[in-house]
Order: sequence, then structure tokens, then C-alpha cells
Amino acid sequence: MKYIDEYRDKSLVLDLVRKIKSISKKEIALMEVCGGHTMSIHKFGIPSLLPSNIRLVSGPGCPVCVSSKKFIDQAIIYAKMNDVIITTFGDLIRVPGSSSSLEKEKASGADIRIVYSPLMAIEIAKQNPDKKIIFLGIGFETTSPTSAAAIANAYRDKVNNFFLFSSHKIMPPAMAALIDEGVLINGYICPGHVSTITGSGIYEPIAKQFNLGCVISGFEPTDILQTIYMLVKQYELGEAKVEIQYTRVVKPEGNIIAQKLLKEVFTLREDWWRGLGIIPNSGMMIAEKYKLHDAEFMIPVDVPEPEEPKGCICGEILKGLKNPKECKLFGTACTPSDPIGACMVSSEGACQAFYKYNRAR
Amino acid sequence: MCLSIPAEIMSIDGSMAKVSIGGTIVNASLQLLENPKVGEFVLLHSGFALERVSAEEAAETMRLLKEMGALDPDQQ
Repeated sequence: MKYIDEYRDKSLVLDLVRKIKSISKKEIALMEVCGGHTMSIHKFGIPSLLPSNIRLVSGPGCPVCVSSKKFIDQAIIYAKMNDVIITTFGDLIRVPGSSSSLEKEKASGADIRIVYSPLMAIEIAKQNPDKKIIFLGIGFETTSPTSAAAIANAYRDKVNNFFLFSSHKIMPPAMAALIDEGVLINGYICPGHVSTITGSGIYEPIAKQFNLGCVISGFEPTDILQTIYMLVKQYELGEAKVEIQYTRVVKPEGNIIAQKLLKEVFTLREDWWRGLGIIPNSGMMIAEKYKLHDAEFMIPVDVPEPEEPKGCICGEILKGLKNPKECKLFGTACTPSDPIGACMVSSEGACQAFYKYNRAR
Repeated sequence: MCLSIPAEIMSIDGSMAKVSIGGTIVNASLQLLENPKVGEFVLLHSGFALERVSAEEAAETMRLLKEMGALDPDQQ
């Protein structure tokens, strides 16, 4: 496929690995903060190609992994209401809440529909005027503009039975919080599709304040290796800059239309992140003007505080402090078909990526 | 969650388009893009075109990558 196959070329991959080896002298740890990168890195076996002084660690880049179980618990309470249709991306359907999952509720008769776009949820709302249609909005700056567009469209077209339940978060505060907590890394592999929306400026304070190289990366093997090369080169030269490797998609200024829409529809609030706790101004709630479409505001419910599963070290894995193999539950009590922790539940969680691609290595 | 794939715009009707993902045609909203045109490649995410894929920048990255390999002393 165009713009994919050419970035998987074996000879280019091997050239890049050779170049990285030729310049890399110091011990270096690089963190990726996008679940898509976690998947690509393990799927393509990138760690096995690198010299032993280069360590890749996964950070808090998987939205399902960092979000509270409370989000699923609340979605399940909504799903049990007779006049509600839940619409969601497939990613959330199997995520266990405290005592059930959306999949189990669907099997018991709840009206839960998988959509691939929030615009499909609006169509369902138009077709079912006597029902409340709640779309589960989860994800970082890549996904939140699509939720924002859906709300703006519903407001414009007066689709008053469409609601968003937002767990949307923004990335930079978590990247700063990690370093503040003392997590030791030497550079960030920055999320390519988040940056498509935000542009590269959001990483400037992180590069400056923490003296860390930040390179925005694409998702194919040569993209990731070129990014590693750029970060290693910066570190060896004692530099800490923001650079874009993924230039075919990411512009320094980002997508201005999407940024305006985000500002119009959402305001920032404090939010809870697994492993990092509460981070100020890191979550997105629906702005006053659009409250009519805010599920939390229009359909308030009481949700008990959930408990984290015993023995699960997902929080430490999300901070790059431990790797999945250090967890006693990994691969025994906790597997993709019967997951205990959030990092095994999500297809882009570090534990599931490790389980799928690394067990034999 | 942030998975997005390159798709080619085949036809445009208002703010919606038919786009081709390696031959499979799906609907996509163009409301996050300024002046999209048929034949352009866009990055598709949850039913929205998030950004154009720049053919010039893609070629430039490929040129850089190939140049890196060509200059490698181990290969001379």
C-alpha cells in the first residue's frame, strides 16, 4: 500500500541499524508515549535490532490503559438504562469494569453498538429520536477532534439526543509529570498522530525544561529507526531539540482547524491517569456552550470508586519503571484472552504487545 | 487508539468523501481539512481525514534514507 510498503524495506532497515550502531556510544533510554508505537516496535522486532546500550521503554500512551475503571463502570450504568444506546469504538468493548464489561452487558441484552466513527453515532441518534445515544469518547489529541466535530455537528443540526461521555486526555502534562516523578529517560519518541493535530510546539517546554530530545515519529520500521537515530545523535552531541521525523504528515503548526474545534468544544480539567494519579489540566470536558451534549452533565449517575486489581503492576509499567515480564501475573494469570490489568486488555497495551510478539524472544 | 491510515480521496460530496484504503472504499468526513481535492492522500482516523499526506515530504524522507545507506562506510 502506498505510503506504507516503502517504509518497510529491509535493506533500508538494515542501513539504519548500521548507522545507529556507528554513532551510538553512551547508554540511552528512549520512551515511546503512543500505543501505536508500542505495537509497531514489538511487531517489527525493533528492540532485537538495536545494540544493547539502547533501551526502549513504553510510557503512558495507551488511552484504555491510563483511563480509570470508573469510566467503564459509568458506561455500564448508562448501558443498563432502557432509553440509552451506547455507541463505542471496538477497543472498549472487552475492557473489564469492576464487575462486568460492555461485551457482557451486550450479551445480556443492552443496546451497545460498535461504530468506527462518532458520525455514525449521530446517524443512530437521528434514527432513534426516542432514545439517548451516548458515544464513549476516549483517546488523546488524535481522536478528540473527531468527538469535537461530532458535538459541533449535533449542536448545529439540533440532534439533542446525542451525548458524548468524555474521557479524552491530552499528552504533554503526562510526559512532564513522568519526568517530574523521577523517571529516567534520555529522549521521547513523540506520538505521530497526536502531533498531526497539535503540531510540534507542545514538546518545546519538555525539551527545554528537562533537557530531553523529542522526535515526532511515524509508525513504520524505517520511521521508528530513523527517529531512534535522530534521538541518539542528539544525545551523543549533548543536544535537546524538538524534531519531526514524520514530515510527510506532521507540520510544525499542526492542524489549525482541528485545534480551533478542540478549543471551541472542550475545556481542560484535572484527570486521573493510571500510574501517575491526578494531573491538573490533562483531561478534556465539554465546554459550557455544548453542555446539552455532555452525558456526565445531562445524565448524572453515582459511580462507586473502583478497586485496582491485586498484584497488577500496570501503573509502574506505564511509567517505564518495570517491563511486563517483571509482573508475576504476566502470561500466567493475566493473558489477552483473560486479562486482569489494563495493559493486557488493550491491543496497544505494553503487556499485550509483549505477550503477542516477545514471548519467544 | 491513534491508529490512522493513508487513504486516497476518490470523490467529494460537500464535507464528505469516498476514500480508498488500498482499494477498499469507505466514507470519510473532510471537515478538518482546508480545500481537499480528489486524488490527494489523507490520513484517515475514525471516519475523519486528519491531514494530507505530503507527496513531496514523503519523497524527501525516502531520499534521505537512501542517502544514509549509500554513505555508510560499511557498504562502500
